[in-house]
Amino acid sequence: MAPPAEVLAVRGLSKTFPGVRALDGVDLTLHAGEVHALIGENGAGKSTLIKLLTGVHRADAGDIVFQGRTVSFGTPLEAQKAGISTIYQEVNLIPLLSVARNLFLGREPRNRFGLLDFARMNREAEEALGAYGVRVDVRRPLRSLGVGAQQMVALARAVASEARIVVMDEPTSSLEPREVETLFSVIRRLRDAGIAVIYVSHRLDELYAVCDTVTVLRDGRRVHHGRLAELDRLSLVSTMLGRELGEVRTEGLTKFTGDHHATDAEPVLEARDLKVPHQLHGVSVSIRPGEVVGLGGLLGSGRTETAKAISGALATSSGRVTVAGVPLRAGSTPAAIRAGISLLPEDRKSEGIVPGLSVRENISLAALPRLSRFGLVSEARVDSIVDTFIERLRIKASSPHQKVGELSGGNQQKVLLARWLAMNPKVLLLDEPTRGIDVGAKAEVQKLVDELAADGLGVLLISSDLEELIEGSDRVVVLKDGAVVGELTGDEVTEDKLMRTIAGHAPDGDVLEEAATDG
Amino acid sequence: MTATKTDAPVSATRDKRPAPAGEPPGSARSERVSALVQQHGALAVLLVVSLVASFSFDSFATGDNISNMATSSAFLAIVALGMTFVIITGGIDLSVGSLFALGGVLAAWGSRHGTLVALLLPLVVCGAVGVVNGLLVARSRLAPFIVTLAAMLGARGLMLALTDEGANTYLIGKGSFLAELGQGSTLGLGNPVWITLALFVAGAVVLRRTRFGQHVYAVGGNEDAAALMGAPVARTKILVYTLSGVTAGLAGALNAAWLASGVTILGNGMELEAIAAVVIGGTLLTGGLGYVSGALVGVLLLKVIQNVINQIGSLDSSYQQVVSGAFLAVVVVAQTWLGRRRQLM
Repeated sequence: MAPPAEVLAVRGLSKTFPGVRALDGVDLTLHAGEVHALIGENGAGKSTLIKLLTGVHRADAGDIVFQGRTVSFGTPLEAQKAGISTIYQEVNLIPLLSVARNLFLGREPRNRFGLLDFARMNREAEEALGAYGVRVDVRRPLRSLGVGAQQMVALARAVASEARIVVMDEPTSSLEPREVETLFSVIRRLRDAGIAVIYVSHRLDELYAVCDTVTVLRDGRRVHHGRLAELDRLSLVSTMLGRELGEVRTEGLTKFTGDHHATDAEPVLEARDLKVPHQLHGVSVSIRPGEVVGLGGLLGSGRTETAKAISGALATSSGRVTVAGVPLRAGSTPAAIRAGISLLPEDRKSEGIVPGLSVRENISLAALPRLSRFGLVSEARVDSIVDTFIERLRIKASSPHQKVGELSGGNQQKVLLARWLAMNPKVLLLDEPTRGIDVGAKAEVQKLVDELAADGLGVLLISSDLEELIEGSDRVVVLKDGAVVGELTGDEVTEDKLMRTIAGHAPDGDVLEEAATDG
Repeated sequence: MTATKTDAPVSATRDKRPAPAGEPPGSARSERVSALVQQHGALAVLLVVSLVASFSFDSFATGDNISNMATSSAFLAIVALGMTFVIITGGIDLSVGSLFALGGVLAAWGSRHGTLVALLLPLVVCGAVGVVNGLLVARSRLAPFIVTLAAMLGARGLMLALTDEGANTYLIGKGSFLAELGQGSTLGLGNPVWITLALFVAGAVVLRRTRFGQHVYAVGGNEDAAALMGAPVARTKILVYTLSGVTAGLAGALNAAWLASGVTILGNGMELEAIAAVVIGGTLLTGGLGYVSGALVGVLLLKVIQNVINQIGSLDSSYQQVVSGAFLAVVVVAQTWLGRRRQLM
């Protein structure tokens, strides 16, 4: 067999967005018939790389050599015409147009009068979709199809247009297991036809099932590339997260003291079998008073979704949450807050602070109903609460009346924390509480988490920073593809164990081969 | 790991098995009924109103009255035709009322330089305003509302400048080809009516059977996705605003030919009437769904209601607008409701 031809060679590709170096001198080589996994955590640069390849953005530096010619695509259309098709994570089709029209948009068959030939279009659409196991009335609007079938239409569309490279950006995130199988058979068919595939996914099982080669990105750089078979899961996870295996752990980098002497008391929070279609497949977590429970897992494993489902911000299809033994009404944030659950969201800017309001106003916002009588707010009570928390959380502001937008990220985070603590919560859900804040503030927030747990609060801690997760948590529940795959307690709470669990290795090194996309 | 396995087929919604998780609620039948009401509801109302009116008023279903209604509908219908394209892309064109007046004045003014000038001048000038509208909307990403509001003010100003603040009214000579085009009739219906019908047939073919038409729907349905799928979004937008300008100019020219003069006070509020007609006809104001035939039905419905109120006689004709407004409100509420049922919004 002759060595397959090189279809794509990316050299030193760089892209800077205001304030962020999204991609920094990345190389990538792709051969005909190669299925190439592109992986990395949040902000690693995967999306940027894909957008540069498909003409959505233009690179600042570096070359893209496609089929022997240096190219620079100005629009997705140019890239598509040249032979690079993309399937996006979110289905990117026109919901109101018919299935057939979506499939053929931009390249509709025409009759000799130059008018669209609907008969041929519908017939060919039916044939094309039939090949992917999708049998629907192609004249119906696309939105009448299920998400999975819509994704298949997107796939059929991408493949039909003379593609040399098909980029798939998390194509399985909304697919049923059966549909994933269909997708894989399509990918294999593409491979046999000499078409190269770039496959982006966080699901390790899928990567190993279908990919030949891999590129790992981290912080905008390529940190690994090669044959996937030569990289075991554990090494893959550690490369992705940037933690060396067997690395001697430097103690004391975080400000966690570790032991909270979690009591054997009844759990203050119990979440049982939470299910959210396509996102959570039966997650159970329980937290005792004074305990910090970490949620471990890769991006997209369902950590944030779990926190949101518990706090009522994400509608569950089944499952039960009880706070101190009392069942919680599902899907209601106010009910969760009243019951004593406070969520510190991942994205502080869009889901948390009100930058134009003062520290005082931001802190008292959620607690106002508790601080008022007959609709009138007691200023004195607000002042006393605000002063207490500014002191207790060591919030550095010129006065309670300073605008929160003027504070540093760490202090903003503390203001948010104060807002929820003012509600006297029983359970605190912290989603990436130290992301994007400086080292000093990080240490202070970590110390606060410790203190709060010592005061008897139950804490759920989500962090992509492995060290923070390990040192901060008494127990770590490990998620993968929306399901719990393991729980680390006591001495097991180590980075090594955590990565092994994420990678699907049992402690003794056995591979837990399971259809992780389903249960 | 206890996730339920939804054992549904890849999609086949006609299947009787439980719908997979991603399946929108609502059966295919109720979907079809809703779609039918959305598309043909206005036609049904038009038929009912016309039927009731023809039994109630002796003078309603007469040849003269019908011919009059048809002719007076024709000009608004042509404007609404162009507007339909704009609204399906998710845009709006407020300049058409002014362009209608400008087109009329230009045609009357141009008629002394020959028929060709009289016909082409309004199309070229109004089309050019449409091109500018389209360029600003597509390239500068300004809101269509503001862009076409500016064009509306500008075009009316231009029209007033041409007529010395409306003091000059240009006339179209009797017996000229233009006058014949506007005032003559064929087979009992005025020429403008035939022209309008021809334009609607052409418009329907363009919208349903050409790539440009597909792109119009795609841009209105999901602009970002359309761009990613390789549809020429900017070009499509420029074209629909140009088309809207041209149809407004043509309607104005035909109207001037019908009246034998370029009347400067016409076209005020016509943009809103056209939008109302398009929406009543089942086109979604949010874009992505709409019908050329609906615009025609919408215009006829507005005109029939006007006519009926005139027939009642005892009612002040101002009530025309009250009824039209109320009717529009009812239609929009019904559409929103149907749309929610069909999950369009």
